[in-house]
Amino acid sequence: MFNIFKTSKNVGISIDEFFDKIEFGNLNFKKGINNYLKGNISDFEENLKTNNALEQEADTLKRKIENDFYVYSLMPNYSSDIINLLEKSDDIIDMSKEVLSQFDVESPNIPEDIRKMYSKLTAASAKTVENLIPAARIFFISPELVKEKTQKVLFYHRETHTIATDIKRKLFKESSDLKLSEKIHLRYFALHIEQISSAAKVVALLLASLVLKIKM
Amino acid sequence: MFFFFLTSGLFLGWTLGANDAANVFGSAVGSKMIRFKQAAIIASIFVILGAVLQGAGGSHTLGKLGSIDALGGAFTVALAAALVVFWMTKSKLPVSTTQAVVGAIIGWNFFTGSTTDINSLVKIVTTWIAGPILGGIFAVLLYLFLGFSLRKGKIHLLLQDAYTKYALIIVGAFGSYSLGANNIANVVGVFVPSAPNITLDFGLFTLDGTQILFLLGGIAIAVGIITYSKRVMMTVGNSIMKLSSETALVVVFSHSLVLFIFSSQSLSNLFVQIGLPPIPMVPVSSSQVIVGSIMGIALLKGGRNLDFSILGKIAAGWVATPVIAGLMSFITLFFMSNVFNLTVTQKQTDNVIKEQINTPPSAIEKTKVISTISTPKNQENTIELYQYALITAAIILLFIVLYLLWTIRKLRVHIKQNDYNEQILKYNEQQATLEFDLKITNNQNTRLEAAVKTKKKAQKRIALDIIQKTEVLNRLKVEIDQIKLKPENEIKYSDLNTIKMLITEQLNLDKERTSLYNYVKELNSSFYQNLEKKYSNLTEKEKRLCALLRLNLSSKELASILGISFKSVEVNRYRLRKKMNLKKQEKLVTIINKL
Repeated sequence: MFNIFKTSKNVGISIDEFFDKIEFGNLNFKKGINNYLKGNISDFEENLKTNNALEQEADTLKRKIENDFYVYSLMPNYSSDIINLLEKSDDIIDMSKEVLSQFDVESPNIPEDIRKMYSKLTAASAKTVENLIPAARIFFISPELVKEKTQKVLFYHRETHTIATDIKRKLFKESSDLKLSEKIHLRYFALHIEQISSAAKVVALLLASLVLKIKM
Repeated sequence: MFFFFLTSGLFLGWTLGANDAANVFGSAVGSKMIRFKQAAIIASIFVILGAVLQGAGGSHTLGKLGSIDALGGAFTVALAAALVVFWMTKSKLPVSTTQAVVGAIIGWNFFTGSTTDINSLVKIVTTWIAGPILGGIFAVLLYLFLGFSLRKGKIHLLLQDAYTKYALIIVGAFGSYSLGANNIANVVGVFVPSAPNITLDFGLFTLDGTQILFLLGGIAIAVGIITYSKRVMMTVGNSIMKLSSETALVVVFSHSLVLFIFSSQSLSNLFVQIGLPPIPMVPVSSSQVIVGSIMGIALLKGGRNLDFSILGKIAAGWVATPVIAGLMSFITLFFMSNVFNLTVTQKQTDNVIKEQINTPPSAIEKTKVISTISTPKNQENTIELYQYALITAAIILLFIVLYLLWTIRKLRVHIKQNDYNEQILKYNEQQATLEFDLKITNNQNTRLEAAVKTKKKAQKRIALDIIQKTEVLNRLKVEIDQIKLKPENEIKYSDLNTIKMLITEQLNLDKERTSLYNYVKELNSSFYQNLEKKYSNLTEKEKRLCALLRLNLSSKELASILGISFKSVEVNRYRLRKKMNLKKQEKLVTIINKL
């Protein structure tokens, strides 16, 4: 009879752990890109490994949560929305792992003068995710406070987009010493980093709509 | 007899259970927060408890409105109300059991010439209006309180969901109790004046006649919940209250409170004690209170998307339902009393007795019988249920034993039947196998017969050949003998020519060929059919060529058989390929063999 309370509590803890993984993954991503830009390849490889492990753990947790939602009929009215929220949140850590892997495989040659911009772009993108995680956590406790947090997410997303555009402009308009293929290659890396921020924005919008939905 | 008359009330109870349980558990079951089975059990138990423990108040008010003193009258009034509810529900018109019953009672008052207590009527109508309004007020207050508590409590959404689930069960139980307490008057209220004056002693507690009546009414509502409310909960119930689980909790709770207030005598007494006016004990429409509660919350949220036509529908229901039910009741009472001679009021019987004071004693006896049926005995009987319980248990046991015996017998018959079916199946299978074997053997026989026939023909042909060849050889011998008899110088070229002619004649193998062709045709009848089907444009000669090609004969052999040159065979093969539309890579012999 009272198992439902225990299950609900455990699922709540699992959701928290899931967001922990995303948060660690995001910090690790930021560190990894900076290591790559500084040329600390062994550290970068370590970051890549850690992110792979975190992504797998997040996936396992997500599956467990989804299973509990269906098996114990938790929040039957909103279960599909919450599962969708977890799926979209999982996309963030998937993407960060993928971007690190692309850096590892393709080893883009980033010119000295643009490196700082890439570092700035990574920081802005990571900041978007950093602000998203508290919003997602607070949604389960005080949904009315979500809006405050999501505003920051949207702000940092815009910032990320601006920096990415600056990088592209610099690449194509000011870097005449680079070949077109190199420009295109570097453009894609700016795009990949920016996409993590976009994924965080999607989750933020999802949270905002969920708040409206569950509002009494 | 009493139970027969009670059926109309029980039917009304069934419809109430089927429709109104959705107001209490519809949202929870519809959103799968609670399983229907769980909801039905809780609702049934608490409806019965509410009816038996707290159902008297509403019945008392209805009794004041019109005290139906004859069982026949109560039956007819309940039947009229039930028919109106049934018809209006089917026609998708806004209807409430409460309003139908009140209308039907007023109809009875008109028919019997009884005066309608205006004070009671005003009290009832006021409550109808007050019910939804009060529901709305309670809903708003509870909503604000719950919202505040949730904000302050900061409970995790998942835990909150679990609490809501249990709160819905508890509030649902309270709602069912209130529904039973408040609405039982609609179901059996009209039968109260005619209730049998008996007391059932259960050992731990006793039930008087009215409570037994309420118990039966409660059971009828429970049966309605168990048998039919699922459909209503899944369709209508869910559409009325498509709300979040928290809002549904508030709505059901406010609805339960309103129903409880209008049926709790203790609360009313408490009001009087503290100097407030007493609360009227009136059955109110459960659905209308629910709508009032939802509208209260909608207004609190700003009133956007609020459908005010629902208010109009409720108001129309307040007027239309009692009027239609009153008319129906009047007509039904007229019909029952004039066609079936049913006593619908005690006054009617008294008048009959007064009028027939000088009539023969047999007629008076008759009237007494009617009176006995229509009025309950004034003498109170206390029935001790221990002995009855024992007898009932024994009877139930007997029924169980009989049922078990019957089941065992049925099972045996079933097993036997299964065995028999299995055997039949086995025999059928065997028969089918044998028939199949027979068919195969017959086919083999036919093939063998055909082979024997062909071989006989071949033998005959060979024999004829031998005869023919013997004849030719004999003729040759005769010719040579004649030449031998001639002197050497007289032997002429023409003699040699005659011999050559004889040999050439023999070499003319037309006859043999014809027989060969017939032979080939006979052996390959299915091949000829297939060939005809696929290549209908082939001539007889070409078909023959195909049949010979099927024997894997070389062109040289074919030339010898057909009596034509090797080149002609090649030309014929080329033409055949062309007619059959064969591609370069396709082999003629392979295609023919596939046919």
